[in-house]
Amino acid sequence: MESPLLDLRDIHKSYDETPVLAGVSIGMDVGETLALTGESGSGKSTLLHLAGGLDRPDSGQVMVQGQDIGQLDDAARASARRTQIGLIFQQFNLVPSLNVGANIALQARLSGRHDAAFCTELAQRLGLDDLTTRYPEQLSGGQQQRVAIARALAPRPALILADEPTGNLDEETGDAVLSLLLDLVADTNAGLLMVTHSTRLAARLSRRIHLSRGILEAA
Amino acid sequence: MLYTAIQSLSSHWKRRPGQLAMLAIGLALATALWSGVQAINAEARSAYDRAAATLGQDQLARLERADGRPVSLDTYLALRSAGYLVSPVISGEIRDANGRLRVLGIDPLTAPAAAQGPALDGDLDLSTFFTAPGLLLVSEATANGPLPTDLPPITISSDVPPAAAITDISTAARLLGQTDPSYLLVAPQQPFGLPPLADATDLQLRAPETANDISRLTDSFHLNLTAFGFLSFGVGLFIVHAAIGLAFEQRRASIRTLRALGTPLRTVLLALGIELAAIALVAGLIGILMGYLIAAALMPGVAGTLRGLYGAEIEGILRFDPYWALSALFITWLGAAAAAVQAMIRTARMPLLAPALPRAWAQASGRAMRVQTVAALALFGLAAMLALFGQGLIAAFLCLAALLIGAALILPGVMSVALRFLPTRGAFSEWVLADTRQQIPGLSLALMALLLALSANIGVSTMVGSFRSTFIGWLDQRLASELYITAADPSEAAFLMDAIRPDVDAILPIVSADQRLFDRPAQVFGVVDHPTYRQAWPLLAQSENPWDQLATGNAALINEQLARRENLSPGDLLPIAEGLPIVGVYSDYGNPNGQAIVSLDRFADTYPEVQPFRFAIRINPEQAPAMASRLREEFGLPADAVTNQDQVKAFSIEVFDQTFLVTGALNILTLGVAGVALLTSLLTLANLRLPQLAPLWAIGTSRATLAKVELIRALGLAMLTFIFALPVGLALAWVLLALVNVEAFGWRLPMQLFPGDWTRLFALALIAAGLAALGPALRLARIPPARLTQIFAQER
Repeated sequence: MESPLLDLRDIHKSYDETPVLAGVSIGMDVGETLALTGESGSGKSTLLHLAGGLDRPDSGQVMVQGQDIGQLDDAARASARRTQIGLIFQQFNLVPSLNVGANIALQARLSGRHDAAFCTELAQRLGLDDLTTRYPEQLSGGQQQRVAIARALAPRPALILADEPTGNLDEETGDAVLSLLLDLVADTNAGLLMVTHSTRLAARLSRRIHLSRGILEAA
Repeated sequence: MLYTAIQSLSSHWKRRPGQLAMLAIGLALATALWSGVQAINAEARSAYDRAAATLGQDQLARLERADGRPVSLDTYLALRSAGYLVSPVISGEIRDANGRLRVLGIDPLTAPAAAQGPALDGDLDLSTFFTAPGLLLVSEATANGPLPTDLPPITISSDVPPAAAITDISTAARLLGQTDPSYLLVAPQQPFGLPPLADATDLQLRAPETANDISRLTDSFHLNLTAFGFLSFGVGLFIVHAAIGLAFEQRRASIRTLRALGTPLRTVLLALGIELAAIALVAGLIGILMGYLIAAALMPGVAGTLRGLYGAEIEGILRFDPYWALSALFITWLGAAAAAVQAMIRTARMPLLAPALPRAWAQASGRAMRVQTVAALALFGLAAMLALFGQGLIAAFLCLAALLIGAALILPGVMSVALRFLPTRGAFSEWVLADTRQQIPGLSLALMALLLALSANIGVSTMVGSFRSTFIGWLDQRLASELYITAADPSEAAFLMDAIRPDVDAILPIVSADQRLFDRPAQVFGVVDHPTYRQAWPLLAQSENPWDQLATGNAALINEQLARRENLSPGDLLPIAEGLPIVGVYSDYGNPNGQAIVSLDRFADTYPEVQPFRFAIRINPEQAPAMASRLREEFGLPADAVTNQDQVKAFSIEVFDQTFLVTGALNILTLGVAGVALLTSLLTLANLRLPQLAPLWAIGTSRATLAKVELIRALGLAMLTFIFALPVGLALAWVLLALVNVEAFGWRLPMQLFPGDWTRLFALALIAAGLAALGPALRLARIPPARLTQIFAQER
């Protein structure tokens, strides 16, 4: 039987003895889009970081495509992030000294999966094809987030993790960016786990879960 | 992946070429000053080695008289007849108004192979070497430099040391007016069956010289230069550290992104290392070129210093040595690595999920400041112990290093305390002071660099100033006579003196002889009993009525160098004649060798071959010019044979100033480097401080006011640094005068203070700080409001 794309099992995580996640378990299949909602401080971002191998749980398993990345050393987790996961941050986190084209291609090149034609296609579909020689500081917030989405998709990862990708954008731009993200995720058959405050945006994804004080509740 | 990581990280420099230039300038300056000093040292040492190897001195033993006077020809012939393989050398100096030259006359036919050197190499026409007028072999620089007149033809040879000539013994005998050999060279292998040489003669057998007197004497000077070079290198590295720190801070978010996207930490560190090595390579090459140019520019000054202070001859030109260039490049890499260690460790320890807030990168905690203060106090204690109980030059330099490093370490703490006690008026000035205190950790490295440069400047200028003023006072005393006359030979001298005797107050012969004292070269002078000496000659230590005792012929005065080196004081015996009691010690600044004074009668008895042909004339100062004209016109003396007191003084002061030219140049360069270090740090902070300044702007402080505050703050910090540098510099001067100079040169000088120099330096420090702060302040004054509003719109 094929392993689930993402399988978080009984995850516990504390910071300075303050529990943030208390036994969270989530499963996610290939091609699924999952919205993770919750109030501020509920542990959403922590959960996303654990799923992305940016941090390790105190206990529990973080299975990505059948591999427990929580048990891997730093280098192996870095390799998993490079090849299996695409990350989209609320703050965009573009490299300010690279132009748009180079930012889009960055992760694909790091992972050895650079496909120039696909990068161009992504730029076109995200409406960035005229902006490839510009630098991040010359772009609006919506444009920067579109670059971040293209960068995450360029290496064709199996799992996209997005941490409030529209949090810094106005409603209209946020809707447009999310539409593009969902289209592209569908086209590449990737799974998407998206953290959001907005129940309106969460409703556009195939499944929703709600986190409250580190415990999963039915959405 | 590595290539992509390097490309991503290094794209930072393309967007910020000014910052890259700052890093490169820091590295290049550090390399330039360090490698320049090393080039000078290497060149001088190679000259000493060539001098030491002249005539195989480094391989061959020699026979000489214990008193350093010539060996009689009969003794030489007796040794040769007995079958010993010894070879005569006539050595001496010719000097006239045009120049001077050390002449070494050898007998190529009897000289051991190691001593034949260039004399018997294939290209030389031996007939011209042996026959009159003879041939002088000299180095190219010597041939091009000022030389005495009436010399035999000259041929260039690269094996001859500077300011020396090798020639046939007969030519040397004629040029020097000396027939007896100065010493005899001894072949390493003597014929079998002969008794040991030591049993066959009364002459003293001296072992080959592995390190000659000059290289021993000049070690202190080179150590001094190296210390300066190291100081400049350190100050340069402050710039590099600041530039790397800034780049790290600005790329913190990019590094985090790269890691989040799956770049392993070691790849990031490797990429940063490769990038830095490449920048260091380019900057190092530029630095080496600059270092070579600096060294070439300073070389004549160094040659002047070495000649003036130690009598060491080096050529004032610089050769390019690939080994030197490679070692300088290695040092650049090492320095860059040292400066980058902190940033690398921060990168390695940076948590992947840490917020990318632009905190002041060098914000040290209060604990770090306390640790620094404790370390500084320990270093001050060490410096005090070394000053009180240390022995030798190394201890003196360690004392100096402990003092300087301690002062640098304690500076942030002192500043923080000083700012706490400054009065404030109103909320704005309170904010300014609080904000300045917060900035001190970020600026501390640059301020430390400025402190080191200022202290070194104050210390060295106080030392040189004290030296200069003491030297001038001493010249006034020593050069009491109104006129100095040099005759062509003793008979002309006798004729001249008889002619002018009725018209002058006194004629004081100047006679001297070379003599080895305590196995080192020295000079013995003979003086007449005259008030000129009794009144003007400065004595540092004396027994009762020293001049009366000297006049009896049974006593001697010695110079301070000889007294300190051999630990002699009045009452001890000096090994001249049967041994003369020392009755006084006189200061003798600028002389590298030991010196003694005996009465003229004692001198004539001991050195009958030396006839006076130089004289000091006492005459009414108003009549001196007329007498000088009369000597030139009536007796046909050349212009340079009659000099007056003022000319001699002016020449001496010119030599003195030339001597400290190098120190002055290095001082200015170090201060310049410190200014650049301050600029780099201010630029760094200017970029990081926008989030702190934006709220002030938002609540109604204009950009111009904020810019003014930045400028005034930089000037204020420079002023505080200067105030602290003053006692540190004076302590440094004391160490230099009371410890280093005594160990290095053999004389101690009274310390004098030069507030005028401090004022000039204070102004320079303010100018350096003002210039460094001007750019960032102007940028702040002109920053677009949109850039400030961005601060509120985004986290970074």
